[in-house]
Amino acid sequence: MFLEHSDAKKINVQQHVNQPSICGYAMDMKRDYYEDVELFRSGTILTWSIVLLVFLFTLPVYLPSYNIYLLNIIMVNIILAVGLNILVGYTGQISLGHAGFFAIGAYGTSLIMMNFHFPFFAAIILAALIAAFFGFIIGLPALRLEGPYLAIATLGFGLTIMHIIGRWDFFGGRMGITAPPLDMGISGTSFSYVIQGDVKIYYLILMMTVLLVIGARNLMKTRVGRAFMSIRDDDIAAEVMGVNLTIYKTLAFAVSAFYAGVAGGLYGFVVGFFDPFTFNLILSIIFLVMITVGGLGSIMGAIMGAMLITYLQYDLLKNVENLPYLGALLTTVSKKWFTVIGLANFSSIALGLIMITIVIFEPLGMFGIWIRIKKYWKTWPF
Amino acid sequence: MFEMLLIEGIAIGACYGLFGVAVAIIYKTSDVINFAQGEMGMVATFVAYHVLTVYNVPFWLAFPVTLIFAILLGMAIEFCFLRPAKDPTVLGLLIITLGAEMLLMGLAGWKWGAEQKDFPFLLSVTKTHEMLPGIFINEWTIGVFSLSIIIMISLFLFFRYSKLGIAMRATQQNVNAAKIMGIKVERVFSITWAMSSLIGAVAAMFFAARSVLDPNFMMEPFMRAFAAAVLGGLTSIPGVVVGGLILGIIENFFGYAWPEWKPIVAFVVIILIITVRPSGLFAKHYIKKV
Repeated sequence: MFLEHSDAKKINVQQHVNQPSICGYAMDMKRDYYEDVELFRSGTILTWSIVLLVFLFTLPVYLPSYNIYLLNIIMVNIILAVGLNILVGYTGQISLGHAGFFAIGAYGTSLIMMNFHFPFFAAIILAALIAAFFGFIIGLPALRLEGPYLAIATLGFGLTIMHIIGRWDFFGGRMGITAPPLDMGISGTSFSYVIQGDVKIYYLILMMTVLLVIGARNLMKTRVGRAFMSIRDDDIAAEVMGVNLTIYKTLAFAVSAFYAGVAGGLYGFVVGFFDPFTFNLILSIIFLVMITVGGLGSIMGAIMGAMLITYLQYDLLKNVENLPYLGALLTTVSKKWFTVIGLANFSSIALGLIMITIVIFEPLGMFGIWIRIKKYWKTWPF
Repeated sequence: MFEMLLIEGIAIGACYGLFGVAVAIIYKTSDVINFAQGEMGMVATFVAYHVLTVYNVPFWLAFPVTLIFAILLGMAIEFCFLRPAKDPTVLGLLIITLGAEMLLMGLAGWKWGAEQKDFPFLLSVTKTHEMLPGIFINEWTIGVFSLSIIIMISLFLFFRYSKLGIAMRATQQNVNAAKIMGIKVERVFSITWAMSSLIGAVAAMFFAARSVLDPNFMMEPFMRAFAAAVLGGLTSIPGVVVGGLILGIIENFFGYAWPEWKPIVAFVVIILIITVRPSGLFAKHYIKKV
């Protein structure tokens, strides 16, 4: 319902793409159910996916350590964006509170490991399940709310979580907490196996990212995923068709919160230290930007958006004055009309402009651009 | 003590109500939730601060200058960001206004820096008058009361009797029908944003006088005001005001009893109330027809 228009456009685009094309391979019509659910549509895609995976696994060999840190953050954001896209892009519910689920994941994982000495996987899954439970709770009012009302309810949830964590000493209060050693076994016993360093964490996160992304992709091809999409397109029609709105809306929130919880748990170990104000409203907005810029309602869009926005935020726009040409220009402008010290705010300006231009000129996001490029080259001389 | 808390609560509630009205006017006419509202008020307040402190202009001149700036800012945002978007979705509109919010916040931070400033406002929070025996009211509160009453009454009359107000209501009900009736819908949107920005700027100046001035200072008041507007029902202007008052009073009493939980009480109340009454307390709830 919220996405009526862009859906119409997307369906349009996909119809173009799905036409038995002139080249006549890979992209023609799906003829049976198996073709719809299969993971790799052709041998080419399978081969390139394997090449990409091998490339990702060997990446730490030839990348400096700071870039590995950046990659870790990017992958954490990919997990979150994919989860958020399940809720916003596929089910059509707005959430401005995902920083809250992210925080639950981060604090939950670290605190469970610190206080109960759980192994890492048990802790992160438990924390993500707690986040999913909160997602379920927030999904209950969402049954009756839509649009701005849902936005304010989720926004309120995110802020409430941030404040509760900030006031409660059990969570480390305003000072924040340091993540415990990343222990795969039980710490303090002979089963202890501590993972240290960005590179090892990179492999851990890479594995989880691949699993969760494939999981999301498969989920969207099942009965559950189709129910989500039918709710997005028209909830009343979906209900008439026999989709149980109560179950599927709360499930969408829970699944999305689960992803956010896992991402949060990993984020805690990537940065090592976090405080409640890390998880503020701006973070929720940035998560929303990732999926909008990448493309609503597509897994690949979420991945591309998370990559671009994280890169912009953590790398390109962080030291904007060091950029060639633009940096010098901005410094001059700053000296003349603004303040040089305030130039750090430039990333906020740039992100704001990106958000606005994407909605105005390319509502399908980067995924829409990708589809167009692909179509252009497939049917090239024509 | 009770009276003081009540008066204080009503005063801050009136301020929330005023700002909530700014949000509601835009929502009423164009179905857009303007998340940039707080930052529009913030930038306008910074302009007032700049005019007051850098150019040393007296307040009576700086105030209208700020209001004119606010009007232009509102129109500019509508013209540059919302008008070019062709058939945007609810989420798309939300993203645009969130983008405008980040843009304005970045610009203000770039221009005026992040350090906190005191806003030299005409009405002080500390100077009090004894209105009734034993009850002291500060100038700020008196200002908020009188101003919000004036604005509410004029808005009521405007939407009820003026041609433009009726055109705005018509636009809200059905854009296409309004166009057929000869209403220039785009101009109506533009005027709506100007009005909303104007009211928002006035409320933001009051908020700044009470707290400090920095690029983030409108974030919390905006969310409270938005919550108050949702509480009352976004489509009914008296509802928004009453919602603001209720929220202000609850928050003030609650904050007196449990000061450390004051920041979240607003949102807990909102989540509880909109769960029970999804369209707020005073707006009519429409069930979507197939």
